[in-house]
Amino acid sequence: MTASTTSKRIVIVGNGMVGHHFVEQLVNSNANCEITVLSGEKRLAYDRVHLSSWFSGSRAEDLAMTDEATYDSWGVKYYTDAMVTEINRDNKSVSTAQGTFHYDMLVLATGSYPFVPPIPGNDQEHCLVYRTIEDLEAIEASAAVSKTGVVVGGGLLGLEAANALKQAGLETHVVEFAPQLMAVQLDEAGGDLLRNKIEDLGVVVHTQKATQVIEAGEEARYRMAFADGSALETDMILFSAGIRPSDQLGRLAGLDVGERGGIIINNQCQTSDPNVYAIGECALWESRIYGLVAPGYSMARTAVSHITGGDLEFAGADMSTKLKLMGVDVGSIGDAHGRTAGSLSYTYHNQPEGIYKRLIVDGAQKKVIGAVLVGDTSDYDTLLQYSLNDIDIPEHAESLILPSAGEKPALGADALPDTATVCSCHNVSKGDITAAIDGGCCSVGEVKSCTKAATGCGGCAALLKNVVDGELEKRGVEVSKAICEHFNYTRQELYHMVKVEEIHSFDELLEKHGEGLGCDICKPAVGSVLASVWNDYILTQNNLPLQDTNDTYLGNMQKDGTYSIVPRVPGGEITPEGLILIGEIAKEYGLYTKITGGQRIDLFGARVEQLPDIWEKLVAGGFETGHAYAKSLRTVKSCVGSTWCRYGVQDSVGQAIDLENRYKGLRAPHKIKFAVSGCTRECAEAQGKDIGVIATENGWNLYVCGNGGMKPRHADLFATDLDSETLVKYIDRVLMFYVKTADRLQRTSVWMENLEGGLDYLKSVVIDDSLGICDELEAQMQLVVDAYQCEWKTTIESPEARKRFRQFVNSKAIDSNIQFVDERGQIRPATEAEKIAGASRIPVELV
Amino acid sequence: MQATAEMTQQWHDICEESDLVKNSGVCALIDEQQVAIFTLKNKDGITVYAVSNWDPIGKANVMYRGIVGSLGGEPVVASPLYKEHYSLVTGRCLENDEVSLSAYDVRIDDGRVLVAL
Ligand code: SRM
Ligand SMILES: Cc1cc2nc3c(=O)[nH]c(=O)nc-3n(C[C@H](O)[C@H](O)[C@H](O)COP(=O)(O)OP(=O)(O)OC[C@H]3O[C@@H](n4cnc5c(N)ncnc54)[C@H](O)[C@@H]3O)c2cc1C
Ligand code: SF4
Ligand code: FES
Repeated sequence: MTASTTSKRIVIVGNGMVGHHFVEQLVNSNANCEITVLSGEKRLAYDRVHLSSWFSGSRAEDLAMTDEATYDSWGVKYYTDAMVTEINRDNKSVSTAQGTFHYDMLVLATGSYPFVPPIPGNDQEHCLVYRTIEDLEAIEASAAVSKTGVVVGGGLLGLEAANALKQAGLETHVVEFAPQLMAVQLDEAGGDLLRNKIEDLGVVVHTQKATQVIEAGEEARYRMAFADGSALETDMILFSAGIRPSDQLGRLAGLDVGERGGIIINNQCQTSDPNVYAIGECALWESRIYGLVAPGYSMARTAVSHITGGDLEFAGADMSTKLKLMGVDVGSIGDAHGRTAGSLSYTYHNQPEGIYKRLIVDGAQKKVIGAVLVGDTSDYDTLLQYSLNDIDIPEHAESLILPSAGEKPALGADALPDTATVCSCHNVSKGDITAAIDGGCCSVGEVKSCTKAATGCGGCAALLKNVVDGELEKRGVEVSKAICEHFNYTRQELYHMVKVEEIHSFDELLEKHGEGLGCDICKPAVGSVLASVWNDYILTQNNLPLQDTNDTYLGNMQKDGTYSIVPRVPGGEITPEGLILIGEIAKEYGLYTKITGGQRIDLFGARVEQLPDIWEKLVAGGFETGHAYAKSLRTVKSCVGSTWCRYGVQDSVGQAIDLENRYKGLRAPHKIKFAVSGCTRECAEAQGKDIGVIATENGWNLYVCGNGGMKPRHADLFATDLDSETLVKYIDRVLMFYVKTADRLQRTSVWMENLEGGLDYLKSVVIDDSLGICDELEAQMQLVVDAYQCEWKTTIESPEARKRFRQFVNSKAIDSNIQFVDERGQIRPATEAEKIAGASRIPVELV
Repeated sequence: MQATAEMTQQWHDICEESDLVKNSGVCALIDEQQVAIFTLKNKDGITVYAVSNWDPIGKANVMYRGIVGSLGGEPVVASPLYKEHYSLVTGRCLENDEVSLSAYDVRIDDGRVLVAL
C-alpha cells in the first residue's frame, strides 16, 4: 500500500526448490520489487533431492533450504498453507483461502505431483506416495506396522523409495511395468545388471507386471493381482510411477498447456500471458518437462533475468545423471539409448565383477554423444566433459571405457575449455572458477562459498577439486607442506629438530620453532615424534596434553564416550587362564566382548572411571596394554606353524611372539602391523601387513609395506631366506627409517609409494647401508626397545595419574547419557530413540 | 543488561585449582549440567575456560577430553570424537554454524575454582 509506484509486485506461487531459487536470485539482483511467496505446503522450501536422507536420520530442520527469519531479513512476504485456487488475469490477482494478492508479474513454480495409476483399490490407507515431508512421515508410520512393502515403479525415484523401505527393515519388492529397471536412463543390458545387483541386496524385482487391482490379502494386508494372473501380497504400497506437472491453475486461467500436461513457456520462461512466468517441473519447454532440479534452477535464473531487464535465455538442459542406488553406482549420459541416427557404440561388459559400460559416439566417430555406466562410474566425469564440451575423442575411443588397458587418455582439468560447465546445479563454469581464484580464493572451500559450486547435489565435487588444484598450481601457489598453522615445517623436519637439538617437550619446540598455542594436528604429531625419539612415559605432565584422547586415556573412545580395552596377546597365543581372566573381568563389569581381526579380544563399554580398576586386574593377571589406541605396533598375527601344522616349516608362533615383544610400544607416524606365516600357504596373511614374514625351508622371507585397510597394497618382497638375527636387524632398520622420514599419519604402504627410488632405494639404504646410517638406526631402535614400559602398569601405580580417570572432578556420579540395551546376550550403546523411549538401562554402579 | 545478567548467574564452588590439568580439561557436574573446564598456557600465563561438556555433533559428554590449542589466535578445543573446533571464549563451532557449545564464566578465587551458571 505504501510501496512506491515504481516497485513491481511479484507473486510466486509454490515454494519448492525452484520457487525458492527464484526468490533468492531475485533478492540478489537488488531489483526494486515487492516479493510475495505463496507456499501450498505448511513450511517453506526444503531439499526434495535429499528427501531420502530422512531414513538415515535427517529431520525437517536438516532439509530446510531457508527459514522465516531469512525471508524476513530479505523483506520477502510469505504465506504457508496458502494453496492458490484461482488466477484472475484480468485484474492481475490470485486467490487463496487467506485472501487475494495483486501482482504485476506472476511466477508459477507449482512443481509436479506423483502419478498414481488408476488401479482399483489404490486409495487405501497404506497406499502412499513419495514427494513431501508429510509423505515421509506417513511412510514411516506405515512401515512401523508393516512387514513387507512394494514400490510400484522401477525408475530412479522408485529405486530410491525401495532403498528407503529396505532401510526401514521391510521385505522390499519393486514392481515395474516395463521389461527393465530405469528404462529412461539405461539400456537393456545396463538395466539387467542393475537388477541383478539390487536383487543381490535382497530386494525382489518384478518386471513386466501390470497391476489390475489391489484387494484384501490373506497373509499380508493387501494382495496385488497382476494382468498375467500372478499376485503379490504386501502390507504397504508406495507409488512411484512418474510425475505429472501441477498445471491446473494455468489450465483454469486459460494459459496454453501441452497435450500431455505442462504450462507452455518460451525461451524467457514466459507463458502465453507475458505477465505470467512458469518455471521448474510445472513448465513445458519445447515439449519437454525437466524432472531435475538443475534445469529448474536455470529457468529460475532466466525468469529473474528477464524480469530485471537481462537477456538470459533458457536453452534446454543436460539430463545426465550419476548416482548411487543402494550402493550400486549408476551413470547415464546424453543419448544413452543410442537413438541418434547413425550413432555407433562400444560396450564393455565384465560379468564376474558386475561392471557394464556402453559408450555411444556419433556416426563420424568424433564426439561422445551418450553413455551408460553400471557398477563403475569412475569414467563418468571424463565422458560427461567430452559430451558436454564437444571435445574430439581420442583415436581409440574404446580406451575411454576399458579398465586401464594401456594408457587411458586422461582428460585433465586443463583440457576443459573455459565455457565447460563444472557444476550444473549452480551453473558454474570453469571460467567462473578461474575468475574466483583470480579474485582471491585460494582453496576449494573458498571457491565453494564464493561460486556455490558443489553445494547442490554434490556430484561435481571431485571435478571442482581438480580444477581448483590445477589452477592454483598454474599460478605457482605452492600447496603448503606445513603441518599446521603453528609450525611451518614437515613432520620430518620436526623430527630432526627434536633429535638434533635434544628437545624433550612440546613447549620448548613451540617456543623455538613455532607460534600460537598448538592444535589437535601438531600436538599429537609432536607427541609421537618425542615418543619415537625418547620413548618417555607418554602421560608425563608435559606429554599428556599432546595426546589424542585415545592415548590420554589409553583406550579407544567409542561413539558414546565409553572406551574399549584390548590387552596384548603376543602372536595371538593365549592360555586358558588368560582367557578365563578376561572373561571374568568382562562379566564383572558387564562389558561387550568381541574377537578382533588382530587375533585378540576387545572389551567394549567401559566408562572412563572404570578403566584403571579394570587394567589393575588385567595387569595383575600378567597382561600388558595392547596399544590398540596408539600409533604404534598393534599386533603380530601368526599362524599355528610347524609345531602343530603338518605343512609348517618354521615356528611361526614363536617368531611372532618374539617380534611382538621387541617392537611393542614403538611410537610411529601411524600404526604398524606384522604377521608371520609358517609356510607359503600364508594363513597369517603376512603380505597384507606393514611387515610380513613367511617361513621357508631355509629361514624367513621378509615382506615390507603391505596394507589391508582403505587402500590395500600387496607387500614387497624385501629379502629372502634370512636367519632370525638378520631378520630383526633388517626390520629394525626399515622401521626406524620409516619413523624418521614418513609424514604424519602415513602408513608404510603410502610412505613406500612416495619414497623416491622405491623398493630398490629402501634396499640400498637398509641392506647396503648406502647412507651410512644403519648403525644409528639400530642404536635408535635399541634405545626405544630398552625404554619400553607398559603404560597401563605405570598409570595404575601412580595415584596422580589415576586421578585423571574420572568423569567429574566434583562428583562420583556417572554420566547418565551412557546407556545400554541388550543385543544377542550382550550390551550395546542405546540409540537416541531408545534413550527417549526409556528402553535402555543406565549402568548400575558396581562395588 | 549487566544487572539482569548478574541476577540470573550463580557462582558454584567446584574444586581445588590443583585439580585442574595443565593445558587440558576436567569435567564438573553442576545442577545436573556437565561443564568442561580447561586451562591453557599462553604468553601471559594460564587462562581458565569453561564450556558445556556435551558434544553436539558426536552426541556424547566428552568435550573435556579434547585437545586444546589455538586457531588463528582464538583459543579452541577440538572434539575428541570428530575433531570439530569450538572457541573456548564464545563456544562457537569454527566448522559448522549450526552447532555451538555454551560458554560459562569461570574464575579462581583463593585457590578454589568457581563457575557461574
Ligand atoms: C577392533 C578392530 C575390529 C574388530 O572388531 O576386529 C578394529 C577396530 C578399529 N579400527 Fe581397525 N580394527 C581392527 C583390525 C583392523 C584390520 C585387520 C588386521 O589388523 O588384520 C585392518 C586392516 C589391516 C591394516 O590396517 O592394514 C584395520 C584397518 C583400519 C584402518 C585403515 C588403516 C589404513 O591404513 O587403511 C583404520 C583407520 C585408521 O587407522 O586411520 C582403523 C581404525 C580402527 C579404529 C581404531 C577406529 C576408531 O578410531 O575408533 C577401531 C577402534 C577399535 C577399538 O575401539 O578398540 N582400522 N583394522 C580390529 C582390532 C585389531 C586388534 O586386535 O588390534
Ligand atoms: C525423492 C526425490 C528425489 C529426487 N532426487 C533428485 C535428484 O537426485 N536430482 C535432481 O535433479 N532432482 C531430483 N528430484 C526432483 C527434484 O526434487 C525436483 O526437480 C524439484 O524439486 C522441482 O522443483 P519445483 O520447485 O519445480 O517443484 P516442487 O519442489 O515440487 O515445488 C512445488 C511447490 O509448489 C507447491 N504448489 C503446488 N501447487 C500450488 C498452488 N496451487 N498454490 C501454492 N503452492 C502450490 C507444492 O506444494 C510444492 O511445495 C527428486 C525428487 C524426489 C521427490
Ligand atoms: S601358513 Fe602354513 S604352517 Fe601356517 S597354518 Fe597355514 S599351512 Fe600351516
Ligand atoms: S552439479 Fe550438483 S552441486 Fe555441482
